[in-house]
Amino acid sequence: MSATAPPATPDKAPSAADERLLRVSPLRRLMGRPELGSVVGAVAVFLFFSVVADSFLQASSFSTVLYAASTIGIMAVPVALLMIGGEFDLSAGVLVTSSALISSMFSYQMTANVWAGVGVSLLVTLTVGVFNGFMLTRTKLPSFIITLGTFLMLTGLNLGFTKLISGTVSTKSISDMEGFASAKEVFASEWTVGDVTLKVTVLWWFVLIALATWILLRTRFGNWIFAVGGGADAARAVGVPVQRTKIGLYMGVAFAAWVSGQHLLFSFDVVQSGEGVGNELTYIIAAVIGGCLITGGYGSAIGSAIGAFIFGMTSKGIVYAEWNPDWFKFFLGAMLLLATLLNAWVRKRAEATR
Amino acid sequence: MRALGAVLAAALGTSLAGCSSTGGKRAEEAREAARNATGKAAVTTPRWTFAMITHSGDGDTFWDIVQSGAKQAADKDNINFLYAHSDEGQQQAQLVDSYITKKVDGLVVTLAKPDAMKDVVAKARRAGIPVITVNSGSEASRAYGALTHIGQDETIAGEAVGDELERRGKKRALCVIHEQGNVGHEQRCAGAKKTFAGQLQNLYVDGTSMPDVLASIEAKLQADRSIDSVVTLGAPFADAAAQAKRSAESKAEIDTFDLNPKVVSGLKDGTLGFAVDQQPYLQGYQAIDLLWLYRYNADVLGGGRPVLTGPQIVTEKDAAELERYTERGTR
Repeated sequence: MSATAPPATPDKAPSAADERLLRVSPLRRLMGRPELGSVVGAVAVFLFFSVVADSFLQASSFSTVLYAASTIGIMAVPVALLMIGGEFDLSAGVLVTSSALISSMFSYQMTANVWAGVGVSLLVTLTVGVFNGFMLTRTKLPSFIITLGTFLMLTGLNLGFTKLISGTVSTKSISDMEGFASAKEVFASEWTVGDVTLKVTVLWWFVLIALATWILLRTRFGNWIFAVGGGADAARAVGVPVQRTKIGLYMGVAFAAWVSGQHLLFSFDVVQSGEGVGNELTYIIAAVIGGCLITGGYGSAIGSAIGAFIFGMTSKGIVYAEWNPDWFKFFLGAMLLLATLLNAWVRKRAEATR
Repeated sequence: MRALGAVLAAALGTSLAGCSSTGGKRAEEAREAARNATGKAAVTTPRWTFAMITHSGDGDTFWDIVQSGAKQAADKDNINFLYAHSDEGQQQAQLVDSYITKKVDGLVVTLAKPDAMKDVVAKARRAGIPVITVNSGSEASRAYGALTHIGQDETIAGEAVGDELERRGKKRALCVIHEQGNVGHEQRCAGAKKTFAGQLQNLYVDGTSMPDVLASIEAKLQADRSIDSVVTLGAPFADAAAQAKRSAESKAEIDTFDLNPKVVSGLKDGTLGFAVDQQPYLQGYQAIDLLWLYRYNADVLGGGRPVLTGPQIVTEKDAAELERYTERGTR
C-alpha cells in the first residue's frame, strides 16, 4: 500500500490546485463541502422529531439536546481531526475518566487547591496523548492496536489506582475544597438566556470547533493533517513532519479529554472509576456521520459537530417522542444508519455535479 | 517537549503553593480518629480458605461494599479470603471451577446468570465444598444445592418502592434503568409497578456516561411534565437525576436504590426523598460468617428459604446516623 501511495495522491492534489484558479459559484463550493451530507441528515432528523415529538420544539428541550451534543461534540472535534490524519483513538473514552480521576485524587490526597489537581491532570492526560502518538510513529503498528492497548491499560489503571488510593472504586467528594467553586464556573457552569439554560460545555464545544476549523483551513499544520491522512509516505517525501503531526493530533484528543473529564468531575463531584468505556465509539460515530472518511484525508471539524448534534437529537428525540424504551437501541441504530446513508448519498450527488 | 516541561514546572509550582484549607485527605484523617478497629481473628479455628466469585463488572461501588463486609468477617473468623469477579456468566463459572480445583473450604457465588452457574455449583457440591449464594439468584439457589441464599429479593425490593411511592401520594413515576437487559433491574421496576397504583414507566439510559444519564432524564422530565417521582436503580445516578430535575424545572421527587455518601447527604438536605438499601455489607459479612458457622458448627440459616438483607427504606430521619458508615464504605 505504501508503494502506491505517491501515485495515488497526484490525482487529487493538482485538480484541487487547478480548482483554486477557477471561478466557482458559491453554491457549487457549498456542495463540495464534506459536511453537506450531514447537514441534510441533521435537518431530516430535526424535522422528523419535530413532527413525532410534541415537546421537541420547546426551547428548554433544545438546550438539553445541545448539552447532550456538546458532551459528545467536544471529543468528536479532535477525534475528527485525528481521523482526517488517518488514525484512530480507542482510548479517548476512558481517557476522559482518567483525567477526571487524576484531578480529583490529586487534589484530595494532597489536600491541594483543586486547580493544582486540574493542572496535574492536564499534564498527565497530554502525556498519554504523546505516548499514543509516539508509540504509533515509532512502532509503525496500526493505531487500532496501539490505542486498544492504551484503552485497556487506562481502564485497569483507573480502577487499580482509584482502589489503591481512595480505598473504594469511586473518588471522594472534593466539593468542600478550595478552588472548587471557581473550577466549577469554568468547566460546569450554566447560564440562562430567556427560556434556555445553556451549559458551559456548549461554549467549550463552539470554541473547539472554531479553533479546529481555523487550524485545518488556515494553518500549515492543517495542511499537514490532510497530507498525512491522504498518504503518509507522500507527505514525508515533500517534507511534512509526519511524526510531529500525528503526536500533535493525539495531544489534541488528550486536551479535549481533559476538558470533558474536568466537566465530569465538576458537575458530578464524585467520579466512578469504571465509567467511559464504550464512549470512544460514540465519538468516532459522530465524526463519521459528520463526513470524515474512515480511511483518512477527508473531513471537517464542523462536520463532526453536526454529527454530534445528530447523535444528541436522535438519542434525546427518542425520549421526547416517548417511544417504547425496549426498542431504544434499535431506534438509535436505525436513525444513525439512515442519517449516514443520506449523508453518503448527498455527497455522491454533490461530487457528481462537480 | 520543552513547552510540556514548562507546563509541568508551572503546575508543580501551583500545586506546592496552593493548598486547600478545607476538605481533602487532611480533613479525612482528622475524622479518622474513631475509626473501626482493624481485624484481628477472634477465633482459633483452622485458617480455612473461602472464595467469593461475583458477577460484578469492573469498578462497581456496590460490590466494593460487599467485599469489605466479607473481608471484615474473614478477619474475625481467621479466614483466608479470596475474591474474583466477571460480568460474563461463562467466565464467572470458569473462575468458580478454578477455585474448586484449588480445593477451597467454602464458596460464595452470585447467580445473576443461573444457567451458566448450574454445573459448577453442582460440581462444588460433589467435591464437598459448601456453597452459599448471595445477592441475586434466590430462586435457583436451593435447587442447585446451595446451603442458603443471602440477599435482597429484587421483586420484593421493587414492591417496597411501589408502597413507599404510594404512601407519599405519588401519581406518575419514572424508573431509570442504567443497564439494559439486566434481569434484576427489570424485576425492581416490575415490582414497583405491581404495588404502585399510579402509572410507572421505564426509562433506559447509558450508565457508562453520566452526561447521557443526566440529559436523558432531563429530556424525559421535559417531555412529560406530569412525572412526580423519579426512581434510579443505583446510588451514583441519583445525583444526575437531581441535576436533571433542576434544569428541567420539574417538581418530581428523586428516590433511589442503594446508598453512598452523596445519597445520604442528599437525603439529609432534602434533595432526595428516600433510598432503598439492601445492605451489601451484610451480604458479604453474613456469607463468610455463615460458611464459618457451617464448618465449625454445621449451622445453617433460613431453613431453606432466602435470608433477606433488604429492602430497608432509608429517609431523612436515618441520614445523620448513616453518614459515618457510608463515608467509610460499609453502608
